[in-house]
Order: sequence, then structure tokens, then C-alpha cells
Amino acid sequence: MDKTIRVEIITPDRLLLSAEATMVVARAIDGDIGILPNHAPLITSLAIWPVKMKFANAPDSYIAVCGGFMEVKDNKITILTPVGEMPSEIDVKRAESAKERAEARLRKRSPSIDVARAEVALKRALARLKAVAMTKLHLK
Amino acid sequence: MASAREIRQRIKSVKNTQQITKAMNMVAAARLRKAQERANASRPYAQKITEVLARVAAQSDESIHPLLAERPVKNVAYLVLNADKGLAGAYSSNVMKEAVAQIAGKENVHLITVGRKARDYFLRRGYEIDMEYSGFSERPTYQHAIMLAEDLSEQFLAGNYDEIHIVYTQFFSPLLHKPVTMQLLPVKAPAGDGAADAGEEYIFEPSAAAVLDELVPRYFETQIYAALMQSSASELGARMAAMSSATDNAEELISQLTLSYNKIRQAGITREISEIVGGAEALK
Repeated sequence: MDKTIRVEIITPDRLLLSAEATMVVARAIDGDIGILPNHAPLITSLAIWPVKMKFANAPDSYIAVCGGFMEVKDNKITILTPVGEMPSEIDVKRAESAKERAEARLRKRSPSIDVARAEVALKRALARLKAVAMTKLHLK
Repeated sequence: MASAREIRQRIKSVKNTQQITKAMNMVAAARLRKAQERANASRPYAQKITEVLARVAAQSDESIHPLLAERPVKNVAYLVLNADKGLAGAYSSNVMKEAVAQIAGKENVHLITVGRKARDYFLRRGYEIDMEYSGFSERPTYQHAIMLAEDLSEQFLAGNYDEIHIVYTQFFSPLLHKPVTMQLLPVKAPAGDGAADAGEEYIFEPSAAAVLDELVPRYFETQIYAALMQSSASELGARMAAMSSATDNAEELISQLTLSYNKIRQAGITREISEIVGGAEALK
């Protein structure tokens, strides 16, 4: 039995990450789902939230993904996401201002704004901030 | 025959033009390289998504996703991808030829254009354009593909279009590309590799229909993205070829002009010498 599982995160622009993890926790559209090595084949849609990865001899890693889906097959996880970033690439200031902007828009609820769009923007900003915060927490 | 001065000016102006075409050639070459890199980088995502969709479509009977549904075709829309700038040889006229051949003789055709060249062409000929986009033909990003995909699926789901085709340029090499037409909507689910997956049963979380809901729009986006990138690589390749032959032509023109300039100069010198000699003879 393998003790690790291969994880690949692919975005339309690049292969974001390829690593051997001991456990992966992703948020599917109906709740968190944890994958251990040798999981049965599975396909699921993902929510906008960081994917958590545990490694054998490295600190946990959190990668913000914006939707997409995850396929598990032959002890390999493939995460396909339209937008994904490593924590080091996330611009915290930008994410914070995006969060405030989206919140302000949702508070006003004026008919001229697109509520669904603002909600997605807010979720994206929150996912990025969460990924950065969790990574910092684990590096200490 | 032109005077030496005129020819000198002409040489100078051809040289200036040559500098510009040379620069454009190099810029197009550099951008083409980047475009090819981006196209390569996007391949794993597109491959995987096609693979997964084939698998889901093969395993679920619930393949009645609204974007997959075929219906009687009354209104057909064509998404035409073309350049924003000219100076790319026959690139844009080839795309327009293909597009016109497709829409010729059909009724209830709607046009959606990407790139100023496509828009201008149709407007000049009195066609009506439903939607137009421009400004990213040379450097398309995934965000542009998402935008197009959202607008198109909205129109499709609202029933304004029953079928959407895309006219774009397929890229084979910097010198070889050809315009093609492909059906975008309703999405044709790719056929699975069948035998390899036969024994595998997937767990769908929360359900196959929910996964399909997410999968089909993403697949649609990647198809548009791939077409955008192929078109941009073709545009840059065509521009590179056009500019390099323009540079060669300028070179040839310059050498011809230099030759006739030298002939005139020499004729002038010969004439002067004979005048001096003639004058000296006369003084004797």
C-alpha cells in the first residue's frame, strides 16, 4: 500500500503544483472531503476555497482554488481549476481591498449591482486570504 | 531618369520602411514564441478536462445538461475570430472567406465577432452584428474565454441561438495555418477511450448531474480558449511571414536603387572629367 498520493493542480495557464501528499482536504460543493492514499475513483466539483495538503516531511500547504473539480484515480489526485494560486503569489492587499469592495456592494444591494458576481468576488477574496493566513500559521 | 538626389531620398525612405518591417517581424516572432509556450502550457488542462468529461458522459445517463441539448435549428450563430491589426498577409481575408462561405445562403444567421478586422468587414458589407469584442486577438487570456463562454451560453440558454459555430484559424506551424469551422454549442460530449475505463466505477460527489453542471461550462470555456490561442498563434505567424518577406523585398529594392544611383553618379563624374579635359584642350 502506498503511503502517499500524487497531487496535481492544473490551471489553464500552467501546472500549478505536482507533489506527493499524505492527505488532501478539499471543499466540494456540498462540504469538505478528505482524500487519503489509495482512495477509490471519485469525481467531484469544488467550491471556492483553499485545498489543504499534508506532507510526510514538510509543513501543510494551502492553495487557493476558485471552483473547478477534482478527480481521484489510480492513487492520483488531479485538481482542475480555472484560477489557482500558490500562497506566495497572492497579493494580500489586493485580496483585502477586493473583499471590502465586494462587501460594500453586497451591503448596498442596489439594483444596479450584480449580486451573484459580488458574492463570487467575495468568496474568491476570502479563499485567498484564508490560504495566506493558514500558511503563515503553519510556518510559525 | 530620376536625379541622383531623388534616388538618394527614395533609398532613405525604403530603408526606413525596412526598419519598421524588420522590427515588426522580430516582435511577431517573439510573441509567437510566447503564444506557443502558452498554448503548450494550456494543453494538460484541456486534455484532462476532455478526459474527465468523456468519462462522466459515458457513466451517467443524466447527460441532459442544457448545454448538451440539441433542438430544432432555427437560429444559427457564428463566432468569428479575427485580428485587430492588419499587416498579417492574407490571414484576415482567409478567415473572412471561410466565414462568408459558411453563412452564404443561410437564413437567420447571427454574427458575433472578435477582432476589429472581422467587425469592420461585416459592417462594410451591411451585415448585422449581434455582439462584438476586440482588443485581445493577439494576446487572449483565459478570462477572455470565460467572458465569451458566459455571453454565448446565456444567449443559447435563452433560446436566441439554437446552434453556435466558431470560425477560427487552426495553427499547424508558423507558415501553415488554415481557417476552420467547428460547432461549439450544443456541446458535443467527447467520446471516451472506452475499453480502458470499462472496469472503473467512479463515485460522483454529490451526483453525476452536479458534476456535469460544473464540467460542461468549463469544457466549453477551454474549447473557446484553445480556439483563441490557435488564432492568435496563426495571426502572429502570418504577420511574421508577411513582415519578413516585406523586409526581403525592401532589401532587393534598395540594392536596385543603389545600383542606379551609382550609375548616375558615375555618369556625372565621367561627364565632368570630359568637360575638364575638353576645357584644357581648348586652352592649348
